[in-house]
This record gives sequence, structure tokens and C-alpha cells, in this order.
Amino acid sequence: MNDHMTWRETVLYRGGAVLLALALTSFIIWISSPETPPWEVLGLIFRGAFSTPSQGGISWSKVADVLVAWIPMLLAAAGLLITFAAGLWNIGVEGQIVMGAVFTTWVLRALQGSGYPPALILTLGIVAGAVGGALWALLVGLLRTYGGVNEIFGGLGMNFVATTIVLWLIFGPWKRPGIGSMSGTEPFPPELHLPTLGNTRLSPVALAIGLGGMAVAYLLLKGTYFGLRLKAVGNNPRAARLMGMQPGRYMLLAFGLGGALVGLAGAVQVTAVYHRLIPAISSGYGWLGLLVCMLVNYDPTWAPLVSLFFAAINIGSIQLPIVLSLDSSLAGVIQGALVFSFLFTEGLRRTVMRRRARAAAS
Amino acid sequence: MSWDLILTGLAGVVAMATPVVFATLGETLTERAGVINLSVNGTILLSAMGGFVAALTTGSLWLGFLVGMLIGGAVAFLVAFTSLTLKQSQVAVGFVLALFTRDLSYYLGNPFVGKQGPRVPVMPIPGLSKIPVLGELLFDHDPLTYLSIVLIFVTWFWVYKTRPGLILQGLGERPAAAYARGANVRLQRFIYTVLGGMLVGLAGPTYSLSVKAGWKGTISGLDGIGWIALALTIFGAWNPLRGAAGAYMFALLQWLSLVVQPYLPGVPTQVLQVAPFPLMILTLLLVNIGNTEWMKRTLAGLPPDARHFISRILRALQVTPPAGLGRAFEEE
Amino acid sequence: MQVELRDIHKFFGPVHANRGITLTIPAGTIQGLLGENGAGKSTLMKILSGFIRPDRGEIRLDGRPVSFRSPADALRQGIGMLHQDPLDFPPMRVLDNFVAGSPGGLLPDKEDARQALLSISQQFGFSLDPDAYVDTLTVGERQQLEIVRLLWLGARVLIFDEPTTGISAQQREKLFAALRRLADEGRTIIFVTHKLEEVQALCHRVAVLRSGELVGEAQAPYDLDRLVEMMFGKVITVGRAEPVPLGEPVLELRDLAVEDHRLHIRGVTLDIRAGEVIGLAGMEGSGQRRLLRAAAGLIRPTGGTVRFLGQDMTGRPYLDFHKAGATYIPADRMTEGLFPDLTIAEHVALAREQTGFLLNAEQMRAWAQEAIENFSIRGRPETPARALSGGNQQRLLLALMRPDLRLIFMEHPTRGLDLESALWIWRKLKDRCRKGTAIFFMSSDLEELLNYSDRVLVFFGGRVSRPLPAEELDVERLGQLIGGYGFDRVANDAITEPQTEGKAA
Repeated sequence: MNDHMTWRETVLYRGGAVLLALALTSFIIWISSPETPPWEVLGLIFRGAFSTPSQGGISWSKVADVLVAWIPMLLAAAGLLITFAAGLWNIGVEGQIVMGAVFTTWVLRALQGSGYPPALILTLGIVAGAVGGALWALLVGLLRTYGGVNEIFGGLGMNFVATTIVLWLIFGPWKRPGIGSMSGTEPFPPELHLPTLGNTRLSPVALAIGLGGMAVAYLLLKGTYFGLRLKAVGNNPRAARLMGMQPGRYMLLAFGLGGALVGLAGAVQVTAVYHRLIPAISSGYGWLGLLVCMLVNYDPTWAPLVSLFFAAINIGSIQLPIVLSLDSSLAGVIQGALVFSFLFTEGLRRTVMRRRARAAAS
Repeated sequence: MSWDLILTGLAGVVAMATPVVFATLGETLTERAGVINLSVNGTILLSAMGGFVAALTTGSLWLGFLVGMLIGGAVAFLVAFTSLTLKQSQVAVGFVLALFTRDLSYYLGNPFVGKQGPRVPVMPIPGLSKIPVLGELLFDHDPLTYLSIVLIFVTWFWVYKTRPGLILQGLGERPAAAYARGANVRLQRFIYTVLGGMLVGLAGPTYSLSVKAGWKGTISGLDGIGWIALALTIFGAWNPLRGAAGAYMFALLQWLSLVVQPYLPGVPTQVLQVAPFPLMILTLLLVNIGNTEWMKRTLAGLPPDARHFISRILRALQVTPPAGLGRAFEEE
Repeated sequence: MQVELRDIHKFFGPVHANRGITLTIPAGTIQGLLGENGAGKSTLMKILSGFIRPDRGEIRLDGRPVSFRSPADALRQGIGMLHQDPLDFPPMRVLDNFVAGSPGGLLPDKEDARQALLSISQQFGFSLDPDAYVDTLTVGERQQLEIVRLLWLGARVLIFDEPTTGISAQQREKLFAALRRLADEGRTIIFVTHKLEEVQALCHRVAVLRSGELVGEAQAPYDLDRLVEMMFGKVITVGRAEPVPLGEPVLELRDLAVEDHRLHIRGVTLDIRAGEVIGLAGMEGSGQRRLLRAAAGLIRPTGGTVRFLGQDMTGRPYLDFHKAGATYIPADRMTEGLFPDLTIAEHVALAREQTGFLLNAEQMRAWAQEAIENFSIRGRPETPARALSGGNQQRLLLALMRPDLRLIFMEHPTRGLDLESALWIWRKLKDRCRKGTAIFFMSSDLEELLNYSDRVLVFFGGRVSRPLPAEELDVERLGQLIGGYGFDRVANDAITEPQTEGKAA
């Protein structure tokens, strides 16, 4: 099948996907609050990503919030692009974020008050986050390559286990002095926070980690022998084996590398955003990363931009309960509708192309 | 713990397993036909919310269940259309819909969180419920539990004993052969996917109108059940009886974790409730390990007696999925 | 039932698979349909059995024009087709297979079906156990099940697509007897094959297809030379390849044994020398593929030793063989040989020694261009492998082999290829032999085995022959050995346990 699209097809099908998603979400908004016009709701989300509606004008702290949400999504998507290249559905991504956060918290807790320079402790903590994510992903990878357990189910199971470990830590060994609570572990002292820009929540270091992670994934997949082999293994592991590659090893490498990038997302959430371990540390960024990958058709090129867009929707929808008393989970509805519409129109396009090819032949 | 308490607990296990049984049976039918519907988790949430709201606003329990099943069928239809007609990846479509329907249920259900809704009454079966032990265990429930038990056997009978059931087995195994025997493969896959989706959609209201009555949004405790049902489908080797047994085992474990809770102070409840998940992985490991490359190599290196002994055990444990599962089928 | 095909046309994309075929088959005859791979036989028969619809043309049964909406519809009108790989459900029982798809109410009457199954089987001397699982049957038995099933459902025209591939000689005899009987009863039999001897032994009349066209018809007794000419256009005598001087042993197998849960092959001892070509012959599923894979380290042999280039490699993985200079070319190019979505340039880059960490797009293009020219691949560097034709896929696979290979394992080197591509492929392979590469291959094409091998191992009924020099064999003799005639005299004496015939692929 020829995957090349003319610009007219691009406009038709990609534009169609956006329209379909808009129609779907408008309909859903109409069901939930028939008196509010859907465009008002969507407009609020859009404006909410860049400004505080009560004040108007561009709010830099809002823009910073979008970037703060962008960072873990970038890292999750970067890690997932690597596992997708190897043909793997890394649904364990949520657990990998969580375990990244756990490892980071562990190192910070162990070293705080040790007298080491904070920069060193933070660096070690972030590296530990990558290690945590990698190890958790490798576990799924080992189950897949040596145990024959499909990575979708292995990953799902490990997600639940990771969440449980966090709960156990928060209510058990790492509980706050006095009583453990859902609010998480005792916050770290300010010197163990990644420094933020002005009075926003955005940490330039975290942003650099996020962009760096995506850059690594991009270069690896687009320009290296390693990336090419990963693609080969993902496309046909049996052929890869006969050509002298070791598919199992490449899958494990993909899990390890991808998991490390994903684990960094957890590390960033701990060091730059929450400054402690909380039960919902992953905030669903792993799932969003999966959606991003699907929406860009598993190609890194547009992943950063789409992630940014998703982050904007997330931040913008925070206004919903405040202004319109609608639930902010509308963000997820919009994102899901977009990806579904994309899969749907892409399927339509391919069906039309198949039909056309058949008609042209006879 | 007294015997009575244990019995009450076990009866509770049977009730708790009811929605999981529905979902597992539904997914088993769908996958038997060669389609993976990965949206189960969100479908359960959305149908739980939708069923609850329908029953709450109209006061009709029937309508609640009907709405739940319609939602399940509709989501499954989207999966079927996008994957069978438009040839997109079943995993991708199913996964997106799993997330979409989950958030949709939270969004649309938000105004109804915490409201007091109707609840399916318990209806002991006269006579049977008086049988000692068995009566309380099986015949002192609400009608849904009875329905689920009946459905287990109906599904099993359908798959293995009826004429359409034989074709259904072939549909997932070798669609070309089913087609040669007169089956309209795509249509039947559609039908079983939607039918399976409707059963999954029955699981939702079973929670919100019976087992965990009410709608509590993100803290309803239903997120994750669908994934379990998917795993149980594999665990059950696509056999309705085995799948249902898995569902009961899962509910039993959850109950056991609550029972031992008081003896382990300091361990949060959530920790014990998660016990079935590692167990699920372990089970999948056991049934799959015989398929792996390294196991075959290791076996070939063993002395013949040990080799034959171990491979017989592995073959007995091993679960092979329907050969055509997840694959597209072109009639021409 | 008389079958008439009138001006049947069928296109697959740009391929004109059937070009106006007109053929009349009287009731009660066994009609042979001859042709090379890709001549359009299968397409025509799929049209006649309702699997695909013709783009143009008409089918008449007993003079009445008909059209089929599906295979089941064709069967209702009396036409049943038996596929080369029987279209059944392996994990289900024989009786369930028999019943599945039969008309009737919700609950099948299994007792009735069992009686029917047994009585029809008995008429033809088949012994089918209704309660056995189909995946434990041989291909021959699965065919028998399909025949019985189609007859039960009222087929009056039976189409057999290459039915003798993969079945034992006894089963072939049984099949032929059944076909003669069916024809005597007035049923119409269409027998698709590319084997002349079968046409001669069985068919009342024969039609020959070439490149989608009906090029001629004949009635028994046949002039074989004329049939060959019709099949191939002109008689091509490929002739034996020039002998290549042999060097040191490359691969040494000592007492090698392989097994799966039904097949035990023991005691294979063989030296393959540099430049030598060894062919493995036998019915499909007789253990050739397993032996070949064990010799290459892809599966672990259960006994014996393997030495490659003087090194003991027993039990070592394929990767070690590959590193030491061996490669394995599978029969199924798209599922095991190539990466469907990767381009020619990416394939070529993967196959070469890595030159650093980063890819160089310019360099990749140049390499790909070179491979395309040297191996006459019809494609461009950015063409994905799935867009190539079978012959071009095989050429690409050859292009990917490293220049310094010492040993090539191959399954069916030319399966599904046209004659020209096949000749070209073997020319390339023989060039390698002259440089000292050994080739160890399996094939079901007797001519190929005889023309290119130095020695041949024949597999039959779970046993292996000793290596037989190819010049001592001819097509007839090799065919007999594969069918088991005279096998005992060439059999490897180390066999201790004769085993049953292998499971179908």
C-alpha cells in the first residue's frame, strides 16, 4: 500500500479526524449541560491553557503549568516510541512512572541530611528514577521473552503492583510522622527541590530532561543502526533471528531504555512538581503518552507537538469545575475522542485506497 | 472465625464474582470469534454509570440494565467496525476506547456521584435456599447472580454443543474454513463482538445497582476489573467454565485479603486486595512458559525420560489461543 | 453433473490470472487440470467452487447458468472443493468437524452424523475415528474426512487441489481408488495437479493451463511429450548443473537425532564438503525441515553431534552458526525471511557489517542500488519488502547473504517462482558453490533435487535414507523412494524405532 498522501488527502482525512472529534465532544458536552454551548466549553479549555479567565491576558504561570504537564508526557511518549518500534505494547508504562518516582524518593530520603551537596543528591535521585523505571519495564520484558506472558497483561499486572507498593510505602515504612495519609510522604526540604523559574512551577532542568529524553528517542529511532534493528525486530522477530539478531535481547533493550525514559517522568514529578511521593504520582501521564504515540502513528516527528497540545487540554480543563462546574475529566474525553477519530479516519482512508487500488486493477 | 461468618463470606464471594463472570463470558465469546475487545475496563465503568443514572432517573431497574447492555454493545460495535471493516489494529482501537469510556463515565457521571439509587433486591429461591450450606451459598442472592450462573452453562453449551457454536469455534480458529462451511465471517464476528460487549455492559449495572450499589466516580473501585476479566479469559483458555472458575477464584482472593486484614495491622487494605494481580501474572507464566523458545531448547537437552515427563506437564498446562485471534480475514 | 466454464476472466490487481477460459467437463469423468505453479489452476477452481467471483464469464451446471455467492452456496448447488491444506479445524474432533457447517437446527444430531461418517468412510475403505482430534490426523486422513463430509453434504462435483502433496503412497492409492469409484457413480471429479504421472494414472481427460490460458486438452492415452510442451511452452531441459570440485568438510553430522511429540528421526550421519549441495527429499512433514533446523542450531537436536568448520557446535544456538558463517533461508519469505514494512535499503543496511553508530542515508541508498542491480530486483531502494513479488523477494533474500558464507541452509529455494527466476536463483547459488560455499536444502521439487544436489537424503515414514548420490537417481526412482517403494534398501540402518508418518504442516 502506498502510504504517501497528497495535500488534499491530508486536509480531508486529518481535518476530518479533528471535525469528527469536535462533533463527538460537542455532543457529549451537550448531553452533560444542554444550556452551555459546546464552543463555550471548548473555548474555556483553550483559554484556560494560557490565561486565567477571570483576569484575561496571557498568564505566564498558566503557560508554565502547561509545560510542567508537558514534561512527563514527553518522557512517557519518548519511552513508548522506543518500545513501539520494537513492536511492543508497553501498557506497563504507568507502573514504570510510579516506580521511577519510588526509586527517586528512596534515594532522596536516604541521602537527605547526609551532608552531600543537594545537586549531587538530586542527580542521583533522578538517575535512580530512570533505573527504577527501567527495572520495572525489564520485569515485564523478562516475563514476555522468557515467560511467554504477553506484555499487555504483564504490564497491566505490574501497574497494579506498583500502585500497591506506593500505597504500602506511604502508609507503612515511609509514612509521615504520626499517621499515614493519602496526601503522601513527608515533603522534602526546599534544597532538594529542582529550582523553578520565577514564581511559576516550571523547572528548567526538568524541561531540559523532558526535551532531552524526546531528542534521544528521536535520534535513536531515526538515525542509528540500533534504531533500525529495533524496527526490524518489531516488524518481524523471526526474520530478525534468521538474520543473526537476537530479538529477545532487543526487546529487553527496548524495555530497559523505554522504561528508563518513562521512569524519568516519575523522577521529575517527585523532584520538580510534588516534592514527595503521592499515591497518584503518575497522574495518568503514561496512558496519555500511549494516546500521543497512537495519534502520531508511532512516528517521533510530531510527538512533541501533540504532547504539548494534550498538556494544554489537561491544564485548560482545570477551569471547568471552577467556572462551569463540569468535571475536568472532559480532558480525557477530548483526547480519547481525538485518537479514536484519527484511527477511524485513517481506517477510512486506507479502506478507500484499497478500494481504489482494486478498482484501478480491473 | 465462626463457620457462619465464613459461609456468609463465601456467599458474598459468589455475589462479588457475578459481574466479573458476565464480563469474562462476554470477552470469551468475542475472542472465540477471533476479535480482541480491549475496551472492557472502560465499558464496565461507562455501563455502570449509565445504568445507574438510567435507573435513578426513571426508577426502573430494568431500564438501568438495558442501558448498560446497550452501552456495552455500542462500544463493542465501534471496536468491531473500526477493526473489522476499517482494518485498524484491534489493540489500538480497544485501548483508546478503554480510556475514552472511562473518562466519559467520570465526566458524565459527575453530577450523580453519591446519589442514593435503586438496588436489585435479594430474592432467595423458595425451597432451594433452605438447603443447608448450598442454599445460602448459591440460592440466596439477587436474580443477577442466578442469571450469571445460568449464563455460564448456557455459554458453555452454546460453544461446544450447538451447531452455531461449532462454527463459532472455527471462526476464531480458522476463519477460511468457517467461510467454506457457509459462515459469513465478518457478520458473525460483528455479532459475537456486540453480543460479548452487551454481556460486558451487563457487568456495569450489576456493580452500580447491586454488588457495589451507587456511583462514586473515580473512587467507585471498578477501575481495573475489566483488565482482570481480560486476563481471566486467557486464564480460562477461552472456555466459559474455566473462565468463570477464574472469576470465582479472583473474588475469593479479594475476600480472603479482607479476612486476613485484621491480623496484619499496618498493612493498608489496598495492598491485600491487589494480591490477585501477581497471581494472575504467575498463572499466565505457568500456562505460557511451555511455548517459549528457551524452554524448548532446555528440554531438548534433557535425558529422554525427564524430557517426556516435563513436556507432558507443560502440554497439559499450556494454553493455545484461537489461531485466528486478532487477525483480519479477507473472503477474497 | 456436467460442468461448463465459459470465457472465465479473473484479475488480481495487475495480474490477469484467468484469461478467457472455456472448458466443458462431462458427468462421470475424472478431469485432470495440469499446469505449472502460477498457471491459474487454483484461481479457476476457486471460481468454480464459489470462493472468488469471476470478473467475466459464465458457469453452467447441466446446461443451466449458475452463480455462487459463497463456497457454501456452491456446495448447495453440488460443487465441493478439497483444498491442498484441508480447510478444517485442527483443534476440534473429527465428528465436530464433520458436523460443523451442516444444515439443520440448533442442536446437531451427532448420532446420525456419526453413522453417516462411518458408513461413507466404510464405502471407500477409510478408517476415521469420529472422536479423534483432527490435529492428530495425517494430511491424508484429513483429506478423507473432507471427502466424506462433502459427499454427505451432497457434492456431485468434487474438485481436488494437488491432493497428493504430503500424503503417503498407500493413502494415495486409496484416494485414487475412491476417485475412480466416485466417477463410476456418475460424479464429476476435477483433479488439479502438476504431476504428469498422476494424470496418466488417473485422469480420463486433461486440460492444460499456462499463464492463465487454456492451451490445450487431451484424452487418455496421453502423449506425455506433448503435455510437457503444452505446460512449459517449449520443452526445457535444464540438465544437471556442472559438478563443482569439493573441498574440506564444512558441516559434520554424527548420529544426529531430532524429535517432536510424534516424530523421531535418528542416526543421521553426513559430511557436507565445501562446494557441495545436499538435498533433503520427502513428503512434507516427514522431518526434513526439523533436521535442517536442528543442523543449523535453530532447534536443539535430541542426540548426536554437529560440527561446523571443525568446531563442535552441538546444542549451540543458531546465532553462533550465523557468526561462524552460516545462514538459513526459510521457505516462507514474508513471515520468516524479510521485514514486510522495511525498505530494500533498510534490509541491505541491516545485512551488512555495521559501520559505526549512525546510519548514513546516502550510503544506504547506494548499497541498495548496487544490490538491486546485481540481483535484478524489480524495486527501488525505498520500496518496502511487502510490495515486492515472490521472485523479487527471493532475489532480495539472496542479495542479503554475506559474501563470505561457508554454508547456506535453505527451505524450498524456488517454491512459487517462475521457471526463469528459479534458474536464475540456482545460477547464483552455484556461483557461490564454486567459491567454496556448501548448500544444505530441502525441496519437494524432484527435478530441483536431482539437478542441483550432489547427494540426496530421502525421508520416509519417520526414517531417513543414507546419502544417495544424485547421479544414481532419476525422477521416477526418487519419487518411488519418497513414496516408500524400495526405501528399506536405502534406509539408514541406525533406525531403531520405525515411526508413523508426520503431522501435517
